[in-house]
Amino acid sequence: MRLELRGITKRFGTFTANDQISITVEPGEIHCLLGENGAGKSTLMNVLFGLLHPDEGEILIDGVVTKFTDSGDAVRRGIGMVHQHFMLVPVFSVAENVVLGFEPTKSLNRVDYKKATEDIRRISKEFDLEVDPDAIVENLPVGLQQRVEILKALSHDAELLILDEPTAVLTPQEIDALMAIMRSLADAGKSILFITHKLKEVKAVANVITIIRQGRVVGTAQPSDSESKLASLMVGREVDLTVEKSAFSPGAEVFEIRDLVVRDDRGLVAVNGVSLDVRAGEIVALAGVQGNGQTELVEAIAGMRRVESGSITLNGRDITNASPRAVLDSGLGHIPEDRQRDGLVMSMSVADNLVLNTPRRAPFARRGSRNLGAVNQNAERLIKDFDIRTNSPQELVSSLSGGNQQKVIVARELSRPLEFLMASQPTRGLDVGSIEYVHRQMVDHRNAGNAALIVSSELDEVFALGDRIAVMYAGKISGIVDPTSSREAIGLLMTGTTDADQ
Amino acid sequence: MSDTTMTQSRPSLWVRWTSKSPIVVTFFALVLGLLFGAIIIITTNPAVLDAWRALFHSWGAPGHALKVTFDNVGAAYRTMFTGSVINPSSLAHSLTTGRGWSNTLTPLSETLTYATPLLIASIGVGIAFQTGIFNIGANGQAVLGGIAGAVVGSMLHMPTVLHLPLTLIAGIAGGMIAGSVPGLLKAFTGAHEVIVTIMWNYVMYAFLLFVVLSTPFQQPGQQNDISRTMDKSAQLAPLFGTSSGLRVNYGIFVATAVVAFAWWFLERSSLGFDFRITGANPSAAKASGINSRAVLVLVFLVSGGLAGLAGIVQAASTTHFIDGGFLIGNAGIGFTAITVALLGRNKPFGIVWASLLFAALGVGGRAMQASTGIPLDLAAVIQSAIVLFVATPVLVKEIFRLRAAPTSALQLAAKGWGS
Repeated sequence: MRLELRGITKRFGTFTANDQISITVEPGEIHCLLGENGAGKSTLMNVLFGLLHPDEGEILIDGVVTKFTDSGDAVRRGIGMVHQHFMLVPVFSVAENVVLGFEPTKSLNRVDYKKATEDIRRISKEFDLEVDPDAIVENLPVGLQQRVEILKALSHDAELLILDEPTAVLTPQEIDALMAIMRSLADAGKSILFITHKLKEVKAVANVITIIRQGRVVGTAQPSDSESKLASLMVGREVDLTVEKSAFSPGAEVFEIRDLVVRDDRGLVAVNGVSLDVRAGEIVALAGVQGNGQTELVEAIAGMRRVESGSITLNGRDITNASPRAVLDSGLGHIPEDRQRDGLVMSMSVADNLVLNTPRRAPFARRGSRNLGAVNQNAERLIKDFDIRTNSPQELVSSLSGGNQQKVIVARELSRPLEFLMASQPTRGLDVGSIEYVHRQMVDHRNAGNAALIVSSELDEVFALGDRIAVMYAGKISGIVDPTSSREAIGLLMTGTTDADQ
Repeated sequence: MSDTTMTQSRPSLWVRWTSKSPIVVTFFALVLGLLFGAIIIITTNPAVLDAWRALFHSWGAPGHALKVTFDNVGAAYRTMFTGSVINPSSLAHSLTTGRGWSNTLTPLSETLTYATPLLIASIGVGIAFQTGIFNIGANGQAVLGGIAGAVVGSMLHMPTVLHLPLTLIAGIAGGMIAGSVPGLLKAFTGAHEVIVTIMWNYVMYAFLLFVVLSTPFQQPGQQNDISRTMDKSAQLAPLFGTSSGLRVNYGIFVATAVVAFAWWFLERSSLGFDFRITGANPSAAKASGINSRAVLVLVFLVSGGLAGLAGIVQAASTTHFIDGGFLIGNAGIGFTAITVALLGRNKPFGIVWASLLFAALGVGGRAMQASTGIPLDLAAVIQSAIVLFVATPVLVKEIFRLRAAPTSALQLAAKGWGS
């Protein structure tokens, strides 16, 4: 299928999310759409998939102007979408999920499961996408679940596949497998529109790269172009992708966990005997695919989740099962994984959010009455020091961009006396410029001789920040390695292959 | 993102004017509520219906039917206004002759008298809403506050300086005790406050019947469900003396103090900040070290205490006794307080206006019933319609083309159900 977008413009109120975007995807081409978060990629895809209607411009399929009334319409015209968050029913089998909404039927409107299963076998074989049609989706690893999504799109005879940030939840090996699938689909004549902000993937798989920034196409690039060129096109200025660290000279042990066991919300053991220590002047990066117990570990350390057994010590003081307030007061800074849920109160001002976990500390309050003058002064100082882009301290934090919201949290935590910093996915969803900034802050904190634990599922981040890299798999530390180790080695640890197995 | 690339398509003057303040939606909800009431009058009033029937049956003049319609709707709303705020002709009379002030001021006095306890209870409900808690139990808490206050007010005897404060404190304590039950249950067992407070209300009503029928508290010489009368020293006296005939009383100073307290509490106090964080984002509250259990118990003490105060203010300012029908049915200020708090966006000053409006609709509704025969229930219909429109800002925005107006703050109410 040859897809052409001509001058697509989409406005939301006074904000123009897509401004005169024109793109052509040739048959058998892998076309990368590269852009920061908020650049307008998702809006464009939703327009293409019939979920939004463009204010201007037109969509041409094989040279014919086409209008989609809804996503079903887009599917019928041969467009398939693999969403960032899978749209699968966890308790259904692969076959049931694939035919959902378009079930083949026998007489009396009964679902023909046999035909469904056969169809899936046929498509799997045709495109080399191996999945057991009878497996229950929730039992499959994430990489295979994604394969089910792709199968689902192909089963509707999709000629053009849209992959929206497909690698966010995958291990390096799964990413490689996905890349191979993409190539074989392209070889079979399918067109692929691949949306991402990860430069390595773009370079590995793209035939053509279109870069969009602030709703506009700002240029095209070749896969052979350097990462820094792609990054600067994406951000609009020169970007420094490496963070300079001073020489590694760890001091005394600051933070220690021993044989920690923590259960998740369902009562299953999520952290299973984890031991880890962090020294002064050191960043320990905890790598791992999401959902291997990192979230529960961090919550347990922060006092937000009960520790079943084991101990957590900070500078010799036992903080196991201490209340969140006691943990914070003991000098632990916490940058939570989900900043909008745990880190900020979106309906409150920047100033209030900057004192969210120290509202009673002098000078912000006295005898139960808040000192708004001091709160404001604090905000003005931090807005300046941490370069938070806001119109005023009184502006609601919800009106800030994701990067600036994260800066509010970073500023709040780093501005109070800390003995230990724990940051969970500190740059998730941030644009390159903000990532650069947050990394700079973390490294400066470490260079000043402080200890930090950074939990991240982004390998680039793990390598950029970690002095030691611990890898977590299935609730355990599967290995602790140097940042000089290869990506492959860490990738293997992320799938649970320990040194002993090799 | 906001400045450089945006192509500004200038919104219309109407949209810009109406998008300035969130109060706009509330104002238009009020207009819609009154229009809705007018439709009810037209479709139910016999005189109006007769006029239209005559038009279709005997081909009478359409002008007549329209005139009857406007006359009736106009009379209804006019008497509602003159009966709850001021009657212009009566005012003119008082101004020229210097007499009849009592008559002239009675509507306003009545509105303020009704608004006083309603305002106090609504502030309590509003603080709970701001904390993400749906306190449907305000009425039961007001009942227990009324009982406790009336017991202290009628069975202890001491000078006013001691007796009145003690009576009010007893009311607060009663409300706190009633409120602590759902608070503790939610904090320690996770029991949903909506369910618990609804059921707890019934326990309070039953307890009320029990105490007003038990000998020590029952009016001596009475077999009915009626309590002793509170001492003069425990009553909230009329501002202009009993002889003035105006019932507006010192309760409005109590209410003013409550508004000032609530403003300070929510906007300036550390505990109020904890409450608001908890209401706006419970997860962030937990992560930032706020003890959510303590907040849950405390918010019910504050909210219940204010409801209890409302209960005793009601008893001490008007009837001076309580009976088996105390705060039951139409008189259930604890329930009205929920809608008033929503209408006032859970903000102390918003609630002041909302409770005055609701009191005026209630008082005016009685005047309307007396002079036009349109049932008092119309006032309740208008009250409900206003709240309904406030709760569906999308509808109001659509009707008045207020696309950009900030959305109403009813999400907090919805959260109360969800958590």
